[in-house]
Amino acid sequence: MAQKTFTVTAETGIHARPATLLVQTASKFDSDVHLEYKEKKVNLKSIMGVMSLGVGKDAQITIITEGSDEEEALKSLEETLNKEGLAE
Amino acid sequence: MSSILKGIAASNGIAIAKAYRLVEPDLSFEKKSVESAEEEVARFQAAISTSKSELEAIRDKAREDLGEDKAQIFEAHLLVLSDPELLAPIEDKVKTENVNAEFALKETADMFVSMFESMDNEYMKERAADIRDVTKRVLSHLLGVQISNPSMVTEEVIVIAEDLTPSDTAQLNRQYVKGFTTDIGGRTSHSAIMARSMEIPAVVGTKSITSSVENGDMIIVDGLNGEVHINPTPEVIEEYKREHARYEDQKAEWAKLVNEPTVSKDGQHVELAANIGTPKDLEGVKNNGGEGVGLYRTEFLYMGRDELPTEEEQYEAYKAVLEGMEGKPVVVRTLDIGGDKELPYLNLPKEMNPFLGYRAIRLCLDEQEIFRTQLRALLKASPYGNLKIMFPMISNLQEFREAKAILEEEKKGLQENGTNVAGKIEVGIMVEIPSTAVMADVFAKEVDFFSIGTNDLIQYTMAADRMNERVSYLYQPYNPAILRLVKMVIDAAHNEGKWAGMCGEMAGDEIAVPILLGLGLDEFSMSASSILRARSQIHDLNQSDMKKLAVEVLQLDTNDEVIKAVEKAVTQS
Repeated sequence: MAQKTFTVTAETGIHARPATLLVQTASKFDSDVHLEYKEKKVNLKSIMGVMSLGVGKDAQITIITEGSDEEEALKSLEETLNKEGLAE
Repeated sequence: MSSILKGIAASNGIAIAKAYRLVEPDLSFEKKSVESAEEEVARFQAAISTSKSELEAIRDKAREDLGEDKAQIFEAHLLVLSDPELLAPIEDKVKTENVNAEFALKETADMFVSMFESMDNEYMKERAADIRDVTKRVLSHLLGVQISNPSMVTEEVIVIAEDLTPSDTAQLNRQYVKGFTTDIGGRTSHSAIMARSMEIPAVVGTKSITSSVENGDMIIVDGLNGEVHINPTPEVIEEYKREHARYEDQKAEWAKLVNEPTVSKDGQHVELAANIGTPKDLEGVKNNGGEGVGLYRTEFLYMGRDELPTEEEQYEAYKAVLEGMEGKPVVVRTLDIGGDKELPYLNLPKEMNPFLGYRAIRLCLDEQEIFRTQLRALLKASPYGNLKIMFPMISNLQEFREAKAILEEEKKGLQENGTNVAGKIEVGIMVEIPSTAVMADVFAKEVDFFSIGTNDLIQYTMAADRMNERVSYLYQPYNPAILRLVKMVIDAAHNEGKWAGMCGEMAGDEIAVPILLGLGLDEFSMSASSILRARSQIHDLNQSDMKKLAVEVLQLDTNDEVIKAVEKAVTQS
């Protein structure tokens, strides 16, 4: 299992296009990928799951990956978050 | 069998084509138990994969025809179709309960829909609509029912709808849509304004077009008389083809005025400008000889998407319009959202009286980042043409001063960074609130121009909601109360050496034009398709006679008396 915590920096938080990008990225990997926010944990391959969290600016989120490609998955998601200026 | 429906003529012209229904399909079904759950799951997966390829095609087409932000909407739909949290429970339900896929899909999707709808957040509520949209598509494939895909139309059609929303119209391919007709709406509803900017005939408010027409029925939209003919006889079609030809001849006659200045018979020049919503509308402005853009409604940049447009996106749009107008004046109205124009992603609370509520400049002065982003984009684009900036919904001087101070701050900030900004940018206001019309003499000392927004000025002055059909009789553009306010504004501008324009529907109205010419209005901004007709009308009028007419009508009692007086004066001149 691999995991990392981020702080959301995007003004609009994580919905709409950012959520789409994260789900698209997570879906490329075989590992189970989850997103944790305020003690709620959702499947990061599920657009509805991610959006149902309503993650806003300054939120602390944790991404947890588990499976054969867990390290690559986490790294790739981190890159997406940084590149899109969503979280750090 | 042929029949005729009456409605409101919302956009001139005649169109003859097949009906294309943009309406809710019948997706009703019964709960059934299935013999083979495996076959049912396979049937469900097939429906998902057909829906996916359909959405991919729509997304690609949207990207090509409508731009990346529209394509994103379908991208989100595609993700919903791949969502394991949605698909797995449906398949489980089919397997464990031996129910048909339709039922399992509907039950599961409804659960998500109600979950999103119960959230205290407008944006999340909108996501419920996404899930509903996607469910409909999959259900339609399970049931073998056709649903409307407006972006995929590939032949000439007349669009039949209950009403057309901005997102519906955003998906329409302008090349193939020859006309609109709707159940509800009036001359100032969104669908009517869209039709005029697309220069296609439209009849709105027919009350029953959607229940009277099937896909493929032959339709004539008579946007001159406000009639819709359903499956007309060959004789009627022939007659309308001739009528269409006559209208085209008339248009050709008007078209000779395309490069002419707008001058009255006795030599008074006025400016005829166009109202536009997007850079795409410029073609219509040019084809109709617009002498400028009198109202660029920037809110379309913000609508039909799910996040704010970036400074860069806005800059590109403003630059395109300024360059496209080649130095002719372009009046850009800053964001006028609220009222009937909602932006779900701003997550604003519902209001009892949205037209009297948190909208336009009120919102912009409060949510300053949104406002400042737009102003920076405008300032950066300013060197590419003749930009004038206009603030909407100004009700008192304080608001104007604040808005202008913010503009000056942004300008200074850009200049300090070495960004090129045009030297002289006129800054004016929309006059659409009676308090501002009454104080026009004071405003005139500080603003560079006025543009009278009659659609709202009329509804605020008469205290009659223009969307409410039961009080629509109070929407009286020629009521002397309105005309007196208009006169106050024009006189106030002229006393300070400023100019006054008008950018509501009234500016292109055949009854209003003679009065406005007489009152000394400097700029008339209207739907591009009305410009040539108005120019032709003004060519035949003497301004000196219209001045007398204006004095006379201001003393009349009612809207109807004014109409009669104008008709009499015009036939005599």
